[in-house]
Amino acid sequence: MEASAATFPANVIKALADSQLQYAMTETGPRFQTKRSVARDALPEFDALRDQSRDIKNHVLDHLDIYLERYEAKVQASGGHVHWAATAEEARAQILEICRKANARVVTKGKSMISEEIDLNHHLEANGIQPVETDLGEYLIQIRNERPSHIIAPAVHLTRDQVEADFRKAHTHLDPNRDLTEIPALVEEARTVLRQKYFEADAGVTGANFLIAETGTSIIVTNEGNGDLTQTLPKVHIVIASIEKIVPTLEDAATILRVLARSATGQDFSNYTTLSTGPRRDGDPDGPEEYHVVILDNGRSNVLGTEFQDMLRCIRCGACLNHCPVYNAVGGHAYGWVYPGPIGSVVTPALVGIENAKHLPNASTFCGRCEEVCPMRIPLPKMLRHWREKEFERHLQPASIRWGLRFWAFAAKRPKLYQFGTRIAARVLANMGHGKGRLRNVPLASGWTKYRDFPAPQGKTFQQMWKERAK
Amino acid sequence: MSSRDAMLARIRSKVSKGNDEARRAAVDAHLASHPRNLIPARGIGDDEHRLRVFTEMMQAVGGSVEVVNDINDVPHAAADYLRNSNLPAQLRRGQDAVLAKLPWHRGTLEIAVGRAEESDRASITRAFAGVAESGTIIQTSGQDNPTTLNFLPEVHIVVLEAANIFASYEEAWSKLRGQFGEGTMPRTVNMISGPSRTGDIEQTIVRPAHGPKNMHVIIVR
Ligand code: SF4
Repeated sequence: MEASAATFPANVIKALADSQLQYAMTETGPRFQTKRSVARDALPEFDALRDQSRDIKNHVLDHLDIYLERYEAKVQASGGHVHWAATAEEARAQILEICRKANARVVTKGKSMISEEIDLNHHLEANGIQPVETDLGEYLIQIRNERPSHIIAPAVHLTRDQVEADFRKAHTHLDPNRDLTEIPALVEEARTVLRQKYFEADAGVTGANFLIAETGTSIIVTNEGNGDLTQTLPKVHIVIASIEKIVPTLEDAATILRVLARSATGQDFSNYTTLSTGPRRDGDPDGPEEYHVVILDNGRSNVLGTEFQDMLRCIRCGACLNHCPVYNAVGGHAYGWVYPGPIGSVVTPALVGIENAKHLPNASTFCGRCEEVCPMRIPLPKMLRHWREKEFERHLQPASIRWGLRFWAFAAKRPKLYQFGTRIAARVLANMGHGKGRLRNVPLASGWTKYRDFPAPQGKTFQQMWKERAK
Repeated sequence: MSSRDAMLARIRSKVSKGNDEARRAAVDAHLASHPRNLIPARGIGDDEHRLRVFTEMMQAVGGSVEVVNDINDVPHAAADYLRNSNLPAQLRRGQDAVLAKLPWHRGTLEIAVGRAEESDRASITRAFAGVAESGTIIQTSGQDNPTTLNFLPEVHIVVLEAANIFASYEEAWSKLRGQFGEGTMPRTVNMISGPSRTGDIEQTIVRPAHGPKNMHVIIVR
């Protein structure tokens, strides 16, 4: 999928002016935040489990080649097939081939960010196969031909009214006078429409939250049960997962599962956590006849052994998005690719190249909330800083910023000049605020002040106060 | 070089520090011993404690729970539940030997056996285990309790023997290893905490999404 991350500033302006989006986003962050903190407070061991989860993944990453080999051997021993895809293109080709061999016309899909990353749906469609997303949020964005705007809540940018309008457009076989005012009626309609698809499908594609090396098992976590119908009813089950999804044992999976749902939706445990190992066994009355796993690298191995390795601990819970002031203001689409929010700003440059995502490391106020809530204790702000450094080294920032920073560096190294400059600036800004403490616009910063007021400096500079307190 | 070998070689070149032998030994030792990590205190306690915590947690996620003292009371309890839910007195079950032996005639229920069909309104399965800490049912696939019974019908009734209610997931893993062998798993292990739900439209929680609308657990003491 083509990245528009390079146009982040323009995307932001559009997002801030989009009143539907702004309405949809008002409550999103705070609601997620409250649910998470309630779940965390109810489990005294929560932070200790985060530490252990971090350690488990660090151990995996240091031994990743070996764990992948052990995992593969176990999948094969249980009758499944493993396909190795270094690039998105390879993964698409492998999945298409499996579908073709099964004569698949309709393919149901559980929620998978990897599927978004490799843009699987368009590839299947272009080859005459109909992909049907079955997670409600994914289904909503599929019929709108959009990307997810959140890792775990793909349609969080939509309002009820938009969903109703979309359903009326998409489900023309239903009574045009039906009542869709209430949200349960919309959910019921999706359930009925998609129920048929599960039975029609020849193959089911799911993602994986974890791959267990000990047993050759893939795990999916859902609340709707769509992933289970997707992988149980068709003849073929295809799992797509990236290399870093490995965990060693059932015990290690249990530990990380305990922090996943709590961090994501504030549930103690998701409704459905499903462990799948190989195809149906002798005597099984249901389940797929074939089980395939496509393991994708797509740039991840580039960050192994570097200062960016920690990002591979991510379990895609979405907590860093939910607690990010930038994400909550602009929504997910502004980030321009598949992964939004703080983790998106860290992962996207790694996967599509910093030259194609150069604004993302700046999409942060460095407030540090993301790192505070990350169940895997990923130092997101530090990584954003690393990217900024790379960006600067490679001269990817516009001349005005480079010039401005050089000027700032010049002044900062000369304390007298610096103090003078900031004192003047503070006084000028304070006067512009006319004592009201808010500025409606700031020279050279209209992109900021068009949508929010800039707090006017009140009183003295930090250094002035520091000096006075030291006395 | 195959894609596989190229990918693995690339990963190895990034993470190996010339210590591959030691790394391999560390991996195999960890896989063989599968040590337990920290287990939360919440579910840990005697039989009554685990039963109580399981019940509270299951109810908190929208499931219902009743306790019977004799497994032969299950058909009656199931029939009552269906009647109160305004559903026909019909159930689908698998070939589980314990369920097969129950006096189904007592409940005037019509019983079908096998995997779930599209027209089934209600199913009954026997749980492999229950986990107190999050009110979770664990089901294993196979002809005894086919996986489709957990997902297709709108009502899922689960028979859970109190002795199989564990404090934590880890104890259920031990039972799995005991029954299926080290490193071996049934095709599917379903961990289910309450009926199906979605919050995908304006974060409003709606039940059901794609799975059952109601989950009713009959605990046999
Ligand atoms: S970076 Fe951390 S908080 Fe963000 S999605 Fe990944 S695991 Fe969750």
